[in-house]
Amino acid sequence: MDSSLDLVRHVARLARLELTPEEETTFGRQLGQIVEYVEQVQAVDTSGLEPTSHCMPLVNVVRADEPSPGLARQELLANAPRAEAGMFRVPKIL
Amino acid sequence: MSTTPTYEAVIGLEVHAELLTATKIFCGCAARFGSEPNTDVCPVCAGFPGTLPVLNGKVVEFAIMTGLALHCDIAPRCKFDRKNYFYPDLPKGYQISQYDQPIATKGFLEVRVADATTRVGVHRVHMEEDAGKLVHVGAAGLAGAEYSLVDLNRAGVPLLEIVSEPDIRSSEEARAYMAELRLLLLTLGVNDGRMEEGSLRCDANVSVRPAGRAELGTRTEVKNLNSLRFLQKAIDFEIERQIRVLSEGGAVLQETRLWSEERQVTYAMRSKEEASDYRYFPEPDLSPLVIDSGWIADIRARMPELPAARRTRLVDLGLSSYEAGVLVDQGELAAAFDAAAKASAYPRAIATWLIKDVTRLLNEGKLRLAELPFQPEHLARLVDLVETRAITVAAARQVLAALVTEGKDPAALVAEMGLAAMADDAALREIIERILDAHQAQVAEFKAGKTKVVGFLTGQVMRQTQGRAQPQQVNALLEEALARR
Repeated sequence: MDSSLDLVRHVARLARLELTPEEETTFGRQLGQIVEYVEQVQAVDTSGLEPTSHCMPLVNVVRADEPSPGLARQELLANAPRAEAGMFRVPKIL
Repeated sequence: MSTTPTYEAVIGLEVHAELLTATKIFCGCAARFGSEPNTDVCPVCAGFPGTLPVLNGKVVEFAIMTGLALHCDIAPRCKFDRKNYFYPDLPKGYQISQYDQPIATKGFLEVRVADATTRVGVHRVHMEEDAGKLVHVGAAGLAGAEYSLVDLNRAGVPLLEIVSEPDIRSSEEARAYMAELRLLLLTLGVNDGRMEEGSLRCDANVSVRPAGRAELGTRTEVKNLNSLRFLQKAIDFEIERQIRVLSEGGAVLQETRLWSEERQVTYAMRSKEEASDYRYFPEPDLSPLVIDSGWIADIRARMPELPAARRTRLVDLGLSSYEAGVLVDQGELAAAFDAAAKASAYPRAIATWLIKDVTRLLNEGKLRLAELPFQPEHLARLVDLVETRAITVAAARQVLAALVTEGKDPAALVAEMGLAAMADDAALREIIERILDAHQAQVAEFKAGKTKVVGFLTGQVMRQTQGRAQPQQVNALLEEALARR
């Protein structure tokens, strides 16, 4: 259980989430269950199968290098909590 | 042992090249420099939820072309991956890049330093998207800024990341590698080569080790190298700094450093101290790429002549390797050379005129060849006139000055300016006799053994003929005339 707690804390930190100790326990347990559930696929015999990264039999889906209109800046910035000089304003980084 | 060991530097370069596509890598927004902030942005490159990326086919073509030019193996199959991290210039919270299956690997680039050619390995080439641009407010840089502003025009601009092997041993070699790579990308037409604008960027991994030791020292990564000059200076500084640290018994810290042109030093970059954990995984929204030999052959067939091949060809035409190098390193001069040489029997003379007089005229006027009405065929005809002695070199210089700005037929200019060579012995003798009559003192000096005055007298004749007489002919006639006195 400890390792899953560590994992929850690590992932939470990477995702910039602040969790209470209760949440850490709850999510730790739930994550553990999810991992266990997914682990069932390990039982499938995959010997002799090529590893694959995608489940669809599609390759080389590309588009032509032709411009299409984007968003008006006003529209783009409409949901920004703060904007200034046509740009998104974000809190200091360091 | 207390002897100071000599150190060897080990350098690898990581280059990011923005591709000259019309649109971004995963959406149809314009990929260009200098637009008003946030005006080339759409829901895809702004990272709005629910949007899907679609790969720009031109990016793949440019990547394959670059890989081929660098003698790489092109992956028969590759994919994109998500590199997860949080930074305000990355709206999705991940960068779409290629992790364990880059499109091209195991290549090399031949680099010339002084007269030697060395081969620098290319570890890999992969495709990825650029991030947005941050403007820090309240300080010159990130450190100390009160807040930052985000412009997403650059977010999603296609990049090639080209990673060299740590084969480079000096700052000169690093500079030469970067210059040759820049020229290669320019020649392929995949990048504009503008390091100062950031469309071609370079990071240097630098470490030092006692000479002869196989094991690598701890490296630092130096960023902010936005010119060839900065690259060389920053590496020199970093090598010296690391040697000093080690000689004093210290240890080099693995860190990212920035070059400060103002202070002429590298300094440790402040960052949030966190081990990076990018949690790469395959990008589910983009299909894998399968690149067959037909596709590769088609691209190879459309590739232009590359700088190395061009240099060899020019040397085969009779140019020195120095001349070939100067012309090829400035692509537009090489193009002018090719066009002019095709129409002339004197390729070497054309090269000389381009490297010396044409370059001087361009530098004086701060001009670019492409901006002038000057046609390479005109240069070919001018050189023919000189080589067949129809005009003198001095006259040709006057014609050239008019030619680069007027773009006229040189023969017509010669007639217009009255610069046809004066080759008639009798006419020249007459001028010489007049000059000698007018310069009795110098003639007496000559008779007294001061042969140096011949130069002065030749100059007088040249002036009288407005540079239209061939100096050798004048010299010969002058000596005859003096002997008769």
